[in-house]
Amino acid sequence: MTGSATTAIAGTNKRKVGVWKKNQRALAPWIFLAPGIAMFALYVIYPIIASMWLSFYDWDGLGTKTWLGLQNYIELADDEAFYTSLKNNIIWLALYMLAVPAGLFIALFLNQTVTGIRIYKSLFFFPFVISQVVVGLIFSWFYAPNFGLFYNLIEWITGTGVAVLADDRYVTYGIIVAGLWPQIAYCMILYLTGLNNVAPDQVEAARLDGAKGWKMLWHVILPQLRPATFIAVVVTVIGALRSFDLVSIMTDGGPYGSSRVLSFYMYEQALSEYGYRMGYGAAIAVILFAIMMIFISGFIWKMIRDERGV
Amino acid sequence: MKLSLTSTLLGSAALALVATQAMAEQRTLKYYADFDPAPLAAFEAVIADFEAANPDIDVVLQNFDHEGYKTSIRNFLTADSPDLANWYAGNRMAPFVNSGQFQDVSDVWADNNLGETLASAKGSMTIDGKQWGIPYTYYQWGIYYNKNVYKQVGVEVPTTWAQFIDNCAKFKEAGIDCLTTGTKALWPGAGIFDYMNLRTNGYDFHMELTAGKVAWTDDRVKNTFAEWAKLVEPGYLTANHAALEWQDAATLLVQGKAANYVMGNFAVAVFKDGGMTNDTLGFMTFPEITPGIPRGEEAPTDTVHITAGAKNVPDAKKFLAYLAQADVQTKVNEALGQLPINNQAKVGDDPFLQAGFEMLSTADGGIAQFFDRDAPAEMAKIGMEGFQEFMVKPENVDKILERLEKARGRIYK
Repeated sequence: MTGSATTAIAGTNKRKVGVWKKNQRALAPWIFLAPGIAMFALYVIYPIIASMWLSFYDWDGLGTKTWLGLQNYIELADDEAFYTSLKNNIIWLALYMLAVPAGLFIALFLNQTVTGIRIYKSLFFFPFVISQVVVGLIFSWFYAPNFGLFYNLIEWITGTGVAVLADDRYVTYGIIVAGLWPQIAYCMILYLTGLNNVAPDQVEAARLDGAKGWKMLWHVILPQLRPATFIAVVVTVIGALRSFDLVSIMTDGGPYGSSRVLSFYMYEQALSEYGYRMGYGAAIAVILFAIMMIFISGFIWKMIRDERGV
Repeated sequence: MKLSLTSTLLGSAALALVATQAMAEQRTLKYYADFDPAPLAAFEAVIADFEAANPDIDVVLQNFDHEGYKTSIRNFLTADSPDLANWYAGNRMAPFVNSGQFQDVSDVWADNNLGETLASAKGSMTIDGKQWGIPYTYYQWGIYYNKNVYKQVGVEVPTTWAQFIDNCAKFKEAGIDCLTTGTKALWPGAGIFDYMNLRTNGYDFHMELTAGKVAWTDDRVKNTFAEWAKLVEPGYLTANHAALEWQDAATLLVQGKAANYVMGNFAVAVFKDGGMTNDTLGFMTFPEITPGIPRGEEAPTDTVHITAGAKNVPDAKKFLAYLAQADVQTKVNEALGQLPINNQAKVGDDPFLQAGFEMLSTADGGIAQFFDRDAPAEMAKIGMEGFQEFMVKPENVDKILERLEKARGRIYK
């Protein structure tokens, strides 16, 4: 694509000098953007439109597609499992946000010069480095009835153990805790880099004015950490909405589907062993996309506003 | 150094390959399968025998892991299909048959008189009056029990449901789970439901239910759940089974913390790995619930099919015919530790196989495949979730059955 563009340019250059020169400033950015736009269109925009289109069909992935119109969405509106997933997604969103203040707290705690602090920092960062699958496995063993550490601890304290992953009341919270572990580490690292950039003269000045403790944090440090907070919130929101690996590893959506989230339900309907309802899965994906769109547009709006402000 | 060594090895291997190809014009037969290690070895031996008998055919076996196979089969059938592929009998093969991904092999059945020798599986291999593959093995389901625990509590092996429930009360007093299961993967719970329904309402009703012809809110289904509740409500089932894998539950039986386990015969290997022997591990037919009903049993069948995109159909049919032979099925199943379909094949000496063979050959009701093979995939999923929920919250039974009925209305059209 770029190749043909350059030859075209070469061609015009020969015949009519000046067209390229005149428009160089306008054209050059687009030429540089072209490969990116092409990739984005092919791998992001096209699949989104194709999924939306697919959500109006009944298709098992092999046979012929049947046009259903809005039937998939009507069924979704009357689907208990869909509401369970939606509710769990909201719980995920709300509780996952805890990662931001927790990450900040740990970052403040670790932001000091003591011998060996680098080792402590890397130890705190460790959960983010290991794979989500491993995190899921560790926590399933932690919760496992009969031999799990947490189960035995509860049994020792109260007399009866609680199998978190087998109980529809606790299961989602149990998985979220597992998800928070690496997410807090991620937020922590974002804040640690942010803290490196806090202007020491402002801190100094605030100290001279008698600010300390919470006041110092709230009025001096936090405003300077705004970029880090923004990124931390964005990655946490997106992380919560696409939570899939942990649900799949720890419970497979169970017990009886009570720990499903939308992304997992979509996978189950469209691609799992008992699924292959591509259209229905696509309909769930469209809903999830719409929810994500609310947040994404919010973030983009804020970014544009900030850039204009500068 | 290492690199050069491997490259020389590769080079000589390539040379050898060229040499053999030059010797005989070989036709290849691509075969995709999902064997565990032990069955894989057995099948490799069978393939070696087949190749010895047919020197001009080279069978290339590509083995997948079970779960990966289930998801990749759709891709490779439509994109780059082998000549032969493993799958399962019953409703489980219907999507591939109906979408034209498997070939009709009725002629292999007719030419080799398989209607006689493989009679017990003919029904589950037939769709629209044609046969779509060759079954080579099946295995029984039933109750495996810990003989030591029976002795410790001092109860007899039950023959009726009432006795079974009475025993449960005694096990409970001794702090032992009467029936264990691990439903994290859902399907073990379906085994219990199948037997509850087969014994309460019989094979024909069970088949009608899984074929979507009877409402889940039917009184007869409710009876099944009422009988099942006799186990669930007093807490005779292992608590927290929803968080256990089936192997975890097997551990409970081995350790003597549980007495009975509704399972397939493949679990025997796990029990024995855990230290049980033929003296401590027992097997019984699921006890009678409604008296006088013809006894139906559960025996899932594994099969091999020719794909629609097969490039070498004549040799693939030759292989299927070979796989249906009595002597081949004897050999395969001896290694698999399962039962041959061919009624002229010999059953291994293992007491559990003998017991299973005895049980299946005297089943006058009929042989079911398993809930997730008899019912369509979608119904199976929703159903098995319902069974799991029932075994945790038996009070939700009406809600569960209504949900299943709603799903039935949608799925079977």
